[in-house]
Order: sequence, then C-alpha cells, then structure tokens
Amino acid sequence: MRRILRRREVVEDDWRLAGEEGGDDAGSPALILPFAEFRTHIAKWRAYPGRLGVRLSPADAAEDLAEDIQRLSLVAAEFPTPGEGRGYTQGRLLRSRLQFKGELRAVGAAVKQDLLFILARCGFDSFELAAGQKVEEALRALDRYSVAYQPAEPVPSIRQQRYSVAG
Amino acid sequence: MYQYDQLDQAFVDQRVSEFRDQTRRFLAGELSEDEFKLLRLRNGLYIQRHAPMLRIAIPYGLLASRQLRKLGEIARRYDRSFGHFTTRQNLQLNWPKLEDVPDILEQLATVQMHAIQTSGNCIRNVTADHMAGIAEDEVDDPRPYCEIIRQWANLHPEFTYLPRKFKIAVTGSPADRAASEVHDIGLHLRRDKQGNIGFQVLVGGGLGRTPIIGQVIREFLPLPDLLSYLDAILRVYNRYGRRDNIHKARIKILVKSLGIARFRDQVETEWQAARDIAPGLEASQVERVRSFFQPPAYESLQNIDVAAGREPQFQAWYRYNTRPHRVAGYRAAFVSLKAHGQNPGDMSSGQMEAVAALADRVSFGLIRVTHSQNLLLGDVRQSDLYAVWQELRGLGLAMPNIGTLTDMIACPGLDFCSLANAGTLNVAKQIQEQFDDLDYLYDLGDIEIKMSGCMNACGHHHVGHIGILGVDKHGEEWYQITLGGSVNGFTALGEVIGPSVPQAEVASTIERIVEVYRAEREDGERFIETIRRIGVKPFKEGAYATHSQAA
Repeated sequence: MRRILRRREVVEDDWRLAGEEGGDDAGSPALILPFAEFRTHIAKWRAYPGRLGVRLSPADAAEDLAEDIQRLSLVAAEFPTPGEGRGYTQGRLLRSRLQFKGELRAVGAAVKQDLLFILARCGFDSFELAAGQKVEEALRALDRYSVAYQPAEPVPSIRQQRYSVAG
Repeated sequence: MYQYDQLDQAFVDQRVSEFRDQTRRFLAGELSEDEFKLLRLRNGLYIQRHAPMLRIAIPYGLLASRQLRKLGEIARRYDRSFGHFTTRQNLQLNWPKLEDVPDILEQLATVQMHAIQTSGNCIRNVTADHMAGIAEDEVDDPRPYCEIIRQWANLHPEFTYLPRKFKIAVTGSPADRAASEVHDIGLHLRRDKQGNIGFQVLVGGGLGRTPIIGQVIREFLPLPDLLSYLDAILRVYNRYGRRDNIHKARIKILVKSLGIARFRDQVETEWQAARDIAPGLEASQVERVRSFFQPPAYESLQNIDVAAGREPQFQAWYRYNTRPHRVAGYRAAFVSLKAHGQNPGDMSSGQMEAVAALADRVSFGLIRVTHSQNLLLGDVRQSDLYAVWQELRGLGLAMPNIGTLTDMIACPGLDFCSLANAGTLNVAKQIQEQFDDLDYLYDLGDIEIKMSGCMNACGHHHVGHIGILGVDKHGEEWYQITLGGSVNGFTALGEVIGPSVPQAEVASTIERIVEVYRAEREDGERFIETIRRIGVKPFKEGAYATHSQAA
C-alpha cells in the first residue's frame, strides 16, 4: 500500500489507481483515473457508484474538469521531474476557479520535501512522497516559511503576508 | 533606498536556513546532483568551469555603501578579492567554495541582500535604469515598482519552476537605459491624461539564440493592476510555454508562435478570470515603498562650470564620465570598470570598499550598478567632482571612456563560464590595446561594443553597435561580428557582416570597420547613425578588405 502524507498525517492510501491489481475488489473502490480515460468514457464514470478521482498530466487543462468537479473527491497532479511546473497552476486553478474542496494530491518522482511548501501554497493538501523521503523532514518542510508575499492558498505556518487579493 | 521590514528580513533569513540545510543534505549524499542543481540555481549558485559561481542580486542596481562594503568583504574572505558586475545588475563571484555559500548568503542577509532567483527557470532579478530618480527625462522613478515586483517574485509559489528563465526590466525614461525591450517583460512608466501612473507593457523580448524585440501587449496598464497583470502573463506562460526544447522555451517563442494578438487575448482572458486570486496593489502599499525612494536632502545650489581651467584629463573625465542631474548643482559620476588592461565589469575588494567610503562622503551613501557594467555615484555636488575624480583616478576607476568604444560590455567568457565557446577577456584586452589612444577614441565618439562568449548572449552582442560573438570552429576560438544593433530607446538587432574572424584579428577588423565610419560620416553623425544611413555593406567591404587581399 502506498503511504500518503495527507493533511499532515501519514495514511495508507485508500485509493486505487485504475488498472491496479490486488486489494479488496469487492464493491466499487475509490478509484483514480487518468484524465484521458475519464473523458473518453465519461458516461460510464459519471455513473460509477464509488468515490472517484482524476489524475491530470502536466499538459491537461484543469478547467476541463469543471463540469464534473462536484463529482470528484480527489484530483492528482503530476510532478514527474522537479523542473515540471505546470502542476502548480493546475492546483491554483482547481482551488480557486473550480472551487475544488476535495483532496488535491501531488504525485510523481519529484514530490520531495523541498517542493512541499510551494505545493501547499498552490492548494495541495496531500502528497505521495517519492521513495526514500523521510516523513519527519517532510512535515517540517511544510512549515519552512513563516512569511510570504503573494496571496496564494493559506497554509498554517504563514503568520504574515504582504499582498492580498484586491478587494 | 528600501529598508527591509520584519517580513522581508524573516524571508531572507528563512531562505538562508533552507539553503544551508539543502547544502548539508547534498554534501551528505541525501540529495543527488540533479536535485540539488535546481535548488542551488534558485539561490544563485552555478557550477562553473573552475569552481562554483555565485550570482548575487543587486535589485534594480541600487546599493547602499554598507552593502558594497559587505560585497568587498565577502569577495576577500570567500573569493579572490574581486567580483564581476553583470549587465543585469548582479555581482558574480567566480571562486567561492560550495560549502561556504550558506555562510555567504547569511552574510548578505545581514545587509538586506540575497542571491534568490538570480539563476534557474524562475523570475530573475528585476532591473532598472541606473539614472532612476535623477534623470531629467523621467516620467517617474521606476525603483519603487521594481521593489514591489521583487517582492511579488520572491518564491512565487506558482512560478518558481517556469519553462525557462524570466527577466523583467522597468524604465521611467524614453532613453531606456535598462534595455527593457530585450527582456521577457519590459515595463515603461507612463502617465495617463489624468496624471495617473501606469505602464506600457512589452512582452516577448530576449536575446539568446533567437533574438527578438519585445512587443506591446498593453499600451497603458494602471498601477493598481500591475501585479495581477504580471500574474496573468506568467500563468499563460507557465501553462503554454514549451518545455520540450530548452531553446524554444522562452516566452518570446510562445508569443511569436501565437502572435501578439492571440497572446494578448489569452492574457486578458486569464487576467479577467483570475480577479479572485490575483494580488492587488493598494495605494497605501505603493506609498509605503515609494517613501523609501524620496530624493535625498539636496542642498540648494547653482550649476557651476567645474571644468574651466582644470587639466585636460579632468576635462575629459568630466565630459565622458559624468552626466547631467535633474537638480541644479549636482551631477552623476561614473565609476569606470573599463580601465584598459582589466576585465570589463571586474572590481577588486579594495576598490569596492574605497568607493563605498567615497559614496558616504559625496553621494548620500548610495551607489548604482549600471547595465553597461560600471558603477555610478548618482548625486555628486558639482563642486566635489574634481576631488572625486582625483580619488577615483587613484583607485584606477577614472578611465575617461564611458560611452566610447572601450566601454564595452563583455560576459566572462571561456575563462570562467562552462557554457562559453570562446574567450572574451583576451579579445577585450586586444581591443583595449588597439584603441588605447584616447584622442582616437574620442574622435570615434559613441560606439557600443557588446561581446558574448556564446550564443546565450549574456554580453548582449545582438544589440551592440558592434556585436562580437565567440564561436567554436574546430576547437579554435573565432568571432562573428554584427553591426547596427542598438537598445536605449531605439531597439534594433545587428546584422552579421560575414564570416567569423580568428581571435587575433578581432581588434584589427574592428579598426577597419570604424575607419569606414571615419571616411563616410557626415558632420556630427554618430557611428550608429552612419550605419543606419548607408547600411552595413560598405562596412562589410571595409572589414574584410585586407583579408581578401591576403587571400
């Protein structure tokens, strides 16, 4: 089972990836689908009785989930390499433009402690940490800064922020 | 100048702690080379040909004397007692030890400085006109807006891993001494009919292997919309900029492929849609930052003729190395880092400390770093100029060549940089030797030579009146020459004049080119104006004249 750092707790992943073997197949497990699969068989998945999540590739447009966002309990964005930065925008758009309230998960080989703070600031609250990452260090990394300049997603460690959204 | 408050100081301090831990983990083998690379780049640290190179930000080119003194001290303690000022108002240290870098950054933080985002694919140091606040032709002082942009860009959570580097320059003057039109974003201060401050916004400029001049995306962007609009441009770029090919990843390629009209539509759409999350800019915040850039306590003085009766050397320095000031009785004085026989832009620790002390005495303790790799004392009483000249002369910083052919821009080239194809420093020396006769230099007048050791164009060769680009030809260093480039209010890209020339022939080729100018010029016509009038063809013929004869 995958271990996930979710809302500051390490949990066993209760989600199954589409096509993933094993586990309890009874009923309708919570399932994460690649966005392409979700879109191709949209009618089928809309009727799926269990909890549903979608995994976006970096090139996918978060807005394309708008119609189904209420139906989704989880959206995952990929960070396959540390230089791949489109997922940050996906996160912000999901939280702000699509008002997504469910689990926003960062996945991929680059999900390591040094990116966690900015990921959290872009709305990610769940991290599938890359192999070898120490949970204690990851938790500390989430609180690395107590100040920020931009009005991004709020995180608990930030006590002071310079700019806010025009009101 | 701007003073950090608690938030600013906490931010740089926490950044130092973070990097100290990252460096420790790298040295302990917990971070791979590749992982550490992206982290160190965002803290200004390259691994170069001989050693690491640390690029320290000098936001919009403004230094307090204590900061310049600290830079001198750092260069002495952690490097070889000199630093190199760049075209983007940074200072590069060429020999720091990797394990010392956290300490260097900690030292910088004690004087409100940092090396954050001076490299890597993120928003880089924001640059400005070195005459900001004192130029006679200025709409408004660009520095408060630069400071606001600096803050907005610092660890922007969404835009820290962009497709490619991203450079912003702001200018308040039509003379555009910040080369803003060859930046990813260029901001030109404007006033609307009611006198409100705003910006003409250019996007998609850049040099490198595909030089492109920025295009206007917004004729007038009101000041309160500055950060939200920058956010929108960056978001469109972060989503759609190419990531599959490093040579096509700059925003200029995206703008070019979409066309400015479609790119503008996308940005405007995004800007409207993002009103609920984009940073606003309240008048009180602008006022707070602006208050740090109020004019110093100028005395009430008259303009005086300080050159009359003085020796010709001082008169030459006064003419070439000082500039008019908007306040009567004052002038701006260059600290020339272009002495013949030295590397353009290099400055020793001793020189830094001496200039810091001089600035305390004669220029309100402030020093400016220019795009052309010199320093500037912005607010010198005219009556102090003679003493300033004497002191600078004693320091080897009074070479009266600003604006002339030997006031050239050059990147560090093959001697230091691992990207370079060819050396620049040897060529610079050759040119300095070839053109060592000041009367000849003065007769040639304003000529800008810009030299890069590779097509990444850190030396801005595309926009030099004479551009020199180092190329590798079967393991030998050759140089391609372009003519007719310019920035400073009329941006144009130079034209390649023909086959590249070997290192030993660069200076003599340039001499043949400027001799064509001397033969062809009309009364009072500058070099660049003659090129524009008669085209590059006669220069081309002149440049290769002896070549073809020899062949």
